[in-house]
Amino acid sequence: MTPHRLTIHEAHQLLKDKKLSSVELTRACLERVKEVEPKIKALVTMTGEAALKQAEQADKLIAEGDINPLTGVPVVIKDVLCTKGVRTTCSSKMLENFIPPYDATVVEKLNALGAMTIGKANMDEFAMGSSTEHSAFFPTHNPWDLDRVPGGSSGGSAVSVAADEGIYALGSDTGGSIRQPAGFCSVVGLKPTYGRVSRYGLVAFASSLDQIGPLTKDVTDCALVMNAIAGFDDRDSTSAPNPVPDYTKSLSADLKGMKLGVPREYFVKGMQSEVEKALKDAIARLEELGAEVDWEATLPSTPHALAVYYIIAPSEASANLARYDGVKYGFSYQEADSMWEAMEKTRQYGFGDEVKRRIMLGTYALSAGYYDAYYLKAQKVRTLIRREFDSAFEKYDALITPTSPTVPFKLGEKLDDPVQMYLSDVCTLPINIAGVPGISIPAGFGEGLPIGMQIIGKPFGEEAILRTAYAYEQATEWHKMRANV
Amino acid sequence: MLILKYECYNDPIMKLKREEVLHIAKLARVGVTDDDVERLREQLSDILANFEILQKVDTTDVPPTAQSIPLQNVTKADQPADSLLPGQILANAPRKEGEYFRVKAVLE
Repeated sequence: MTPHRLTIHEAHQLLKDKKLSSVELTRACLERVKEVEPKIKALVTMTGEAALKQAEQADKLIAEGDINPLTGVPVVIKDVLCTKGVRTTCSSKMLENFIPPYDATVVEKLNALGAMTIGKANMDEFAMGSSTEHSAFFPTHNPWDLDRVPGGSSGGSAVSVAADEGIYALGSDTGGSIRQPAGFCSVVGLKPTYGRVSRYGLVAFASSLDQIGPLTKDVTDCALVMNAIAGFDDRDSTSAPNPVPDYTKSLSADLKGMKLGVPREYFVKGMQSEVEKALKDAIARLEELGAEVDWEATLPSTPHALAVYYIIAPSEASANLARYDGVKYGFSYQEADSMWEAMEKTRQYGFGDEVKRRIMLGTYALSAGYYDAYYLKAQKVRTLIRREFDSAFEKYDALITPTSPTVPFKLGEKLDDPVQMYLSDVCTLPINIAGVPGISIPAGFGEGLPIGMQIIGKPFGEEAILRTAYAYEQATEWHKMRANV
Repeated sequence: MLILKYECYNDPIMKLKREEVLHIAKLARVGVTDDDVERLREQLSDILANFEILQKVDTTDVPPTAQSIPLQNVTKADQPADSLLPGQILANAPRKEGEYFRVKAVLE
């Protein structure tokens, strides 16, 4: 038996029927970690022992009949989410030894349901990057081709799911950090509407863009995790009070009555022909399933999104990361003569190159004389981008685009060229700018490498995109394919 | 004044000056080496050149968006609740003394 290969809903059925125990399932996942981790390097911290103890507890709950779909099912948590008593590094030297005194709300919710965390996932430092190569510890490898990147910044989360270490994972997404690695690793990754999931306990990168979301083996699992983590939290004042539906109810096998738009600006110059072909085939499939597709939808401001994002996100990051001063927690340079020198050296040696680059970029965009020209201008164009999504959703229930313009690239290929690296998020970051939800699902392969399809919904329209994703998934076999690692 | 600034960085071939990079580093409180400054001059200038596209967008009468899904005047009930204890807060402190964070002298 290979329980680590199960989805959440398959595992749940076996746990409920007492054909599998949570301890057995957790052991299988930990064995799998031991087997594949040397090759893929998805995890920064292992928490197997504690997970096994929690599994024993979960088995007791299940024996008492107290079972939720996530009870007794092992999860991997991106190392940007605070876990009480377990170090939370953000894959940065700055937080290498940081042990949070509290749990993030999402972690608290999963624990309350009897889930167990088997490890904390590697990521680009402070979630800044698109390949997980900016981790201060080690790069993570794509299970479909170990010489290629898994995407980022939630690369460790995506790989741990694709390689069957965790049954599912949590990630965070500021400009594509859940969806792009999900696409690169052939798993399902959802960035919910801004405010849908509490950010309490998520180490802040760009506060107006960050969202937490699930990475799973199929769409049903995605809906199950959303049921568990979505909802209002008074510890996050940007958390939305909207009621949370049962997302599994939106899953249906046909798309009759659905109107889908394909914004032509997302089929960008420089897009790989295999990706374009896979997407066109996938959209034709959606039509066969009953959806009405407009192939000529348009979001004219799309070409401006990259610049808007790379002004707003670094600006917010430069403010958020000002807290790392070597005084309260984290790396601290002690040999300095003065307070200012200590602070500058702490940040010089504690942060990696990409983080420093973004802090400086943001500092520049917010500095006297440049604020209006960069930051304020970007915020105004952000309004235009948002309005275009608003009017598109008057016509369509969801929009369909590629998740990334290319298949996974080689490790090292874009590491010294920040602009090229930034371009790999060109299809995902407009969605964070507008605050709307987006999901990436497996939509085929090009030369043996995964291709993702992105489905975008209106604010709090997660049900429409899950429905579209589910119908496509059920009509195809992509989600059943596993990397041979 | 502002217009002047627009003009100076509107020139896409203009590279950030050494002093400008040093000024940003100082504002950001990030120590840099000479090599860092040279590399950052190249990389930041390259990235900034990609922002020029926005200057051509007409944003007359367009209000800025600070947050995509706005909630206003969020308040919560004034109820006492547990908070972290000093020992928990100080557990991660690089230097501490009693119940305080220890820092280098601020006034010299």
